[in-house]
Amino acid sequence: MTPALETRGLVKRFGGLTATDDVTFRLEPGARHALIGPNGAGKTTFINLLTGVLAPTSGQILLEGEDVTRLRPELRVQRGLARTFQINQLFAAMTPLETIGLAVSERMGGGRDWWRVIGSKREILDEIVEIADRFRLTDVLGERTANLAYGKQRLLEIAVAFACKPRVLLLDEPAAGVPEAERHELLATVAALPREVSVLLIEHDMDLVFSFAERISVLVNGALFTEGTVEEVSTDPRVRAVYLGESVDE
Amino acid sequence: MMANASPSSLTVEKAAALLGRRARWRWAEVLFWVVAAATLFLWPERHLILNEIAIIGLFAVSLDLILGYAGIVSLGHAAFFGLGAYVAGLFAKHVTGDPLVGLAAAGLVAGILGFATSFLVLRGADLTRLMVTLGVALVLGELANQMSWLTGGADGLQGIMMGPVLGLFEFDIFGTVAYAYSLSVLFGLFVVARMIVNSPFGLSLRSIRDNPLRARGIGIPVNRRLVAIYTVAAVYAGIAGGLLAQTTQFVSLDVLAFHRSADVMLVLVIGGVGYLYGGLVGAVIFKVLQDVLSAMTPQYWQFWIGLILVLLVLAGRERMTDRILGLWRRLTGRSAKAVDATRASTPVPEVQP
Amino acid sequence: MLTILFDGIAYGMLLFVLACGLAVTLGLMNFVNLAHGAFAMAGGYVTAVLMNRFGVPFLATLPLAFIIPAIIGLVLERTLYVRLYAQSHLDQVLFSIGLVFMAVAAVDYAMGSQQQLIQLPSWLQGRVEVLGIQVGLYRSFIIAVCSVLVVALQLILTQTRFGSRLRAAVDDPRVARGLGINVSAIFAVTFAVGSGLAGLGGALGAEILGLDPTFPLKFMIYFLIVVTVGGTTSITGPFVASLLLGIADVAGKYYLPGVGAFIIYTLMILVLVFRPQGLFARGR
Repeated sequence: MTPALETRGLVKRFGGLTATDDVTFRLEPGARHALIGPNGAGKTTFINLLTGVLAPTSGQILLEGEDVTRLRPELRVQRGLARTFQINQLFAAMTPLETIGLAVSERMGGGRDWWRVIGSKREILDEIVEIADRFRLTDVLGERTANLAYGKQRLLEIAVAFACKPRVLLLDEPAAGVPEAERHELLATVAALPREVSVLLIEHDMDLVFSFAERISVLVNGALFTEGTVEEVSTDPRVRAVYLGESVDE
Repeated sequence: MMANASPSSLTVEKAAALLGRRARWRWAEVLFWVVAAATLFLWPERHLILNEIAIIGLFAVSLDLILGYAGIVSLGHAAFFGLGAYVAGLFAKHVTGDPLVGLAAAGLVAGILGFATSFLVLRGADLTRLMVTLGVALVLGELANQMSWLTGGADGLQGIMMGPVLGLFEFDIFGTVAYAYSLSVLFGLFVVARMIVNSPFGLSLRSIRDNPLRARGIGIPVNRRLVAIYTVAAVYAGIAGGLLAQTTQFVSLDVLAFHRSADVMLVLVIGGVGYLYGGLVGAVIFKVLQDVLSAMTPQYWQFWIGLILVLLVLAGRERMTDRILGLWRRLTGRSAKAVDATRASTPVPEVQP
Repeated sequence: MLTILFDGIAYGMLLFVLACGLAVTLGLMNFVNLAHGAFAMAGGYVTAVLMNRFGVPFLATLPLAFIIPAIIGLVLERTLYVRLYAQSHLDQVLFSIGLVFMAVAAVDYAMGSQQQLIQLPSWLQGRVEVLGIQVGLYRSFIIAVCSVLVVALQLILTQTRFGSRLRAAVDDPRVARGLGINVSAIFAVTFAVGSGLAGLGGALGAEILGLDPTFPLKFMIYFLIVVTVGGTTSITGPFVASLLLGIADVAGKYYLPGVGAFIIYTLMILVLVFRPQGLFARGR
């Protein structure tokens, strides 16, 4: 089967530093895959290469079999590759309703409509309501994003990415900084993501990794160190060695 | 939470209402335009200055489109205004005296320049944008100065003869037709601008202003949107300049001067950035101030304008705009709570480099 | 030809002295100070007033042309500018444009709108021939003074404790603060010195650049070009940019009187578009 997302010999060098070292990686359709690694392992660089924020030095990136290596970030999103950010990247002055509505309308090609009032298309509204419901944002839809509780902002972060109707979703530490009381809601929401979306989770929090992922890849010094099922990786003594003494939070 | 979620259809309507609330015409807005139209009949001795206000207002609305809605700081917006003025003037002299055709030409040419130079402001931080926009205006000013065979150089472009508007209304010395003409153009373009900012396209602009990185992250072609709005704003500024040339039947190098760009920024800032009416309100305040101050201290009124700018910034421009906006929304029928919810503590972040 | 080069260098040096304070303001606090030219104007007027009204000799006015703008700069920095560092660039621009407008109108009110003429001492007038080149004495004087200043600045920046702290603060204010460097004090001093240098430049340049109330607006663009083209990470960048700009401007006005300024603005736009960090900035 064609992988949902694939990299072949991906390399990124910054001057003399090799941040991504010949990574060949497959994300299977419908996967629940986690990418872990100690600080400075190059997880962020890897994500930035996948999403197109950075251009690789060499190698290929394929989205559902199609080469997207040279594609601009926004075009990759339009092809079904969305991400969330480790630190909230939201539109502070807009409401969750507007934010989700924007993502939905952009996906449907409505972003060029300058003559139509926002919210006059039924199919967009239906989807907004559905997404707000799924991510438990219904009761804060009209509030200014900057004023939302942090946990709600994290939910909105995922909701916005989800609104792009991705086939591949990259979750960059979705639970980072969420207070204990709100964590459960967030984890439940992530777990309930529909199966047709292939998810790559970048995470430090081993609870979340073990409860969510089916496969785990370990990145060390920019290279893929090992990959396997949760069982295999969690019992791998070399992985333990890599993590031993390493700070687990970034 | 799932349990108390309202039936889907109801929420859809609520969502539509919430989303569309900015777009609804409110009675205060209607009143604003009714008053503006009434001045046509009630205040004939002031038509010359009202005409200037309408033109500056349109110019400021144009700046608001890029500054308030897309976060592009410009110190050279006069480039488009001035170009529009010269095009309208030259068009009347050499092609036809029909005002509307000339205005279309002014908007078109300014729009072409806007499109061409928009690529220069896509990259870079605020400072780069400031310098590039300033540079474009300077280049244009220098060109107009050098090409005196065409523009009249320092003497200005003279001998512009305008035909009647729509072939019916001759411009008169009291400025009544001029004001009616400018006000109609302003109203028409304002309605379009209002439509633009309340559309999905306008929403995407606001998202770019807030956070261009994330805007890209949800698939918005940021550069294309910025090019589009910059071009539209240039057309608007060009038309404003064209109106000035046509209604005063004179164009001087002054239309491209730095102080034009600075003034329009001031106008917009006085009225408040990011809600379109700011430009109009600012234009009224600015012109009245200019009138009063230059009556008090001819020549030196710039000092007071400078002082106002300094005080405005020190007092917290954003906070004052918020207060005006709060008042505006209260007047226009939104509850105070809604105002607080949408416009609270955090200021809108500027576009990051 | 060489005379033009010589005049261009004198002009460029002058521009550097005028603008280097701005480079520091921008580099250190990321503050867009469009009012920098007002300090230069202040220095020019100090010299003009002292010479024309009180008969003070030209050279004796120069220290005051430095000190008075420096004091004004210090006071304004501590009272007003300091409030704006955290504000958006738009606010900074509006604020400093406001200051320029006020300065222009105030000087116009106090001194009149005419050009201020200063009578140079006779030993600085005229030209001599050196190695077959016609060399203006006053321009030689400017080059000499500015060279001394440039060398002194470079030495201060590279050899002194203050200089190393300043460079640390420019590199990363947050880290510098963490190291216990009093960034705001450094900034106040630098701002004052930068204003003083601008004032000195204004005084030295009154003869060449002209001096009237619109000075801050007329030369704002030149200062900005120096800073944006030269970058703000060192003083070498702005220095080279000043020299290039000076030579290009003088040569342009001489050889292509019709298009001189036009070319400079266009080049500036191109540099900004292709090297937003400045022509000589190291890559980031």
